[in-house]
Amino acid sequence: MDVINIKGTDDTPNVILDKASGQFEISGRSLPEDVNMFYEPILDWIDQYAEEPNDHTEFCFKLEYFNTASSKVILDILLKLEEIVESGKEVIVKWHYHEDEEDMLEAGEEYADIVEIPFDYVLYTD
Amino acid sequence: MSKEIESHHFLEFAYQLYKTMKTNEINLVYEGEVTQEITKTFTSLTEKNMARSEEPNQVQRKVFNVMVECLQNISKHADTLSDETDDDRRGIVMVSKGDDSYKIITGNVIRNSKIPGLKESLEHINSLDKAGLSSLYKQQIMEAKLSEKGGAGLGLIDIAKKTGSKLSYQFKELNEDMSFFILTSTIKRNY
Repeated sequence: MDVINIKGTDDTPNVILDKASGQFEISGRSLPEDVNMFYEPILDWIDQYAEEPNDHTEFCFKLEYFNTASSKVILDILLKLEEIVESGKEVIVKWHYHEDEEDMLEAGEEYADIVEIPFDYVLYTD
Repeated sequence: MSKEIESHHFLEFAYQLYKTMKTNEINLVYEGEVTQEITKTFTSLTEKNMARSEEPNQVQRKVFNVMVECLQNISKHADTLSDETDDDRRGIVMVSKGDDSYKIITGNVIRNSKIPGLKESLEHINSLDKAGLSSLYKQQIMEAKLSEKGGAGLGLIDIAKKTGSKLSYQFKELNEDMSFFILTSTIKRNY
């Protein structure tokens, strides 16, 4: 599978999706002008990955900030990961939050309420 | 001669505006088109100001979050007074810093026909506590379909959740079709 490696900007996140090395990460800030356009290739990639996933997927979110339009797309990503769980493979979400950002922890907990995927919360400092 | 008087009036106005901004600690005032570029510029400007004044990190992050949602609300939902073009999304933006809180005030033109629905959402959001807001958010995020412009109908709920304050709002009627919608979001400075 192709590797997705997008460098972040001040309004779009870093994205690394690499099946071979088992690296799946979205980090930084997400408030793109056109959420649909930015995330479309990412959602397509995950769709394709879900057809033949690794036995174990560790998907890492390390977002400093995301706007509400991005929050909807993040749910779409998680719902796709949930399909992988339902197919019997192992998926874990590593949800990182900054020590000054309790809202980010709460956001992770809200997602964990909605989707059936185990969440691991990881606290980080500067 | 009349030109001189005019320019004197303008200088007086500029001075009064300056004084009003200083006494009310208004850090930012803007009227015009609200685009992604404007959003990025204002949020980074406000971030820099807050970092300089050594505002706690948590407060800085909340102000940033709320500003983005308020500005993107304008860029996605504002209506326009002229029928000619639909893509010129204008509004006013003000950020003020008080002893206890930051206030982010935004205003934009809205069609009167949209007011009842918006009012109902605002009142519903204001009637909920933290847990209620969280379940409304979860319900909305599951049901929401992203609009063409990328709105998910979550902005106001998110602002209420993150600020922990009630949304304060007003509608001022401009004519029989249009009103001016003013939204004030309050972020407490001490958590």
